[in-house]
Amino acid sequence: MNRWKRNLKRIWQDFYLVMIMVFLYAPIATMMVLSFNKSKSRTQWGGFTLRWYTEMFSSRNITSALVNTLVIAFLSALIATVIGTAASIAINSMKTVPRTIFMGLANIPMLNAEIVTGISLMLAFIAFGISLGFKTVLISHTTFNIPFVILSVMPKLKQTSRTTYEAAMDLGAGPVYAFFKVVFPDIMPGVLSGFLMAFTMSLDDFIITHFTRGAGFNTLSTLIYSEVRRGIKPSMYALSTVIFVVVLALLLISNFAPKKRQEN
Amino acid sequence: MNRKLLAGPYLIWMIGFVLIPLALIFYYGLTDRSGAFTLANIVSIATEEHAKAMWLSLGLSFVSTLICLLLAYPLAMILRSRGMGRTSFIVFIFVLPMWMNFLLRTMAWQTLLEKNGVINGILSALHLPVQSLINTPGAIILGMVYNFLPFMVLPVYNVLCKIDDNTINAARDLGANFWQTLFRIWLPLSLPGIISGITMVFIPALTTFVISNLLGGSKILLIGNVIEQEFNKSGNWNLGSGLSLVLMAFIIISMAILAKYDKTGEGSMF
Repeated sequence: MNRWKRNLKRIWQDFYLVMIMVFLYAPIATMMVLSFNKSKSRTQWGGFTLRWYTEMFSSRNITSALVNTLVIAFLSALIATVIGTAASIAINSMKTVPRTIFMGLANIPMLNAEIVTGISLMLAFIAFGISLGFKTVLISHTTFNIPFVILSVMPKLKQTSRTTYEAAMDLGAGPVYAFFKVVFPDIMPGVLSGFLMAFTMSLDDFIITHFTRGAGFNTLSTLIYSEVRRGIKPSMYALSTVIFVVVLALLLISNFAPKKRQEN
Repeated sequence: MNRKLLAGPYLIWMIGFVLIPLALIFYYGLTDRSGAFTLANIVSIATEEHAKAMWLSLGLSFVSTLICLLLAYPLAMILRSRGMGRTSFIVFIFVLPMWMNFLLRTMAWQTLLEKNGVINGILSALHLPVQSLINTPGAIILGMVYNFLPFMVLPVYNVLCKIDDNTINAARDLGANFWQTLFRIWLPLSLPGIISGITMVFIPALTTFVISNLLGGSKILLIGNVIEQEFNKSGNWNLGSGLSLVLMAFIIISMAILAKYDKTGEGSMF
């Protein structure tokens, strides 16, 4: 009896997992199927085609938006990592009161609504006469990326001990040399994960880019938004299929690749 | 060498691109077009049109957050009971859509819900009456739940994994039934995760203008749409800033309420 009850519970649980999975993946699967549909209709299968994929890759709008997205994500993550790591080192050596103030500063863009951050940056750029475009998007992305770097570097920095650093100095290393030889290897995982988090945040951002991009400059998100508002074209389904597959591959590699380094 | 100098670039950057921009929102929100001080932009939240948008935003995001919590909590409990590690494949499956572009996820639902979309296509193939699904508050709630569900699953699951099995077994041994264990053990111990999940769903839902634009048509206006239109269409920055200040006030209030329940800060996502 008890076993029967347990089996029933398991079946219910499996059913629930499957239902949620269907809810999460049915829309994505639909887009994937439609991306190969020869007919433009969403309800009729007109045969298999790769036309929407060739259309997508030959569209100059899409390719330039893709390049913009990647360049912005890489540069903003890089600048944020440098500024954020330097700031973390400084904050770590501060007393309680200035430390709280500096950390609080980092919390503002994290906690504020994205729409408010976007609008405030737009107002500032226009007030100071900076024309909206590539550099304003880059500045904005760097701004919301810095806190993510600080949040992932700070915990690592707290784990390092000051004594090894001082030992290196006693043995004649300069402060900069001692830092890169002794402290930096310890905080490296935090710096790296901060960079990656900043990179993905930038890739995925729409709202802040929407307000700071100006006319004529597009990232993938803003391009999709303006396309979708005009009516969804099948090449958008092709684009989402490609993005989904790339994201899936990247996450599979980063999550399930054998982790040799950690074992050492 | 003084280490504190390393915070220089950070300090300059944050003053220049966080504090000054925020100050500008306050400046525009509290002045009229001629630059004279006024509270009219803030008080205008009370006008019928704006108050309606604000209430609708609060209502829809409240319902979406509740649905997310009701869906995510059993899910997280099942995942935990199956003894899956943090990096296991099945957990990965449930948070993967989070990494897909937000606009594409919303576009997917537009495809399904549209008048001549997939769901109506299936209905008419079955000779059932065609439904008007898109441009309704229900469609917006669906979009919010779909987009933000992983943000609820992840923190709740992380907190549930930290609960010791012995605590649960002890409650069971002492004669507590399922509901008693749920309300006396599970929920109190997982509160930090729930709070952080609520924050991560409620605030983006409250401030969104994308979901309401794509799934609500132009007829249903949320406060996010009103603000966005003031900046990108009407060009009344003062009014837009004033309404942004009101929105910020609502966010700060809801965060303060939530923070009362999460004193430890354990439930953070990262």
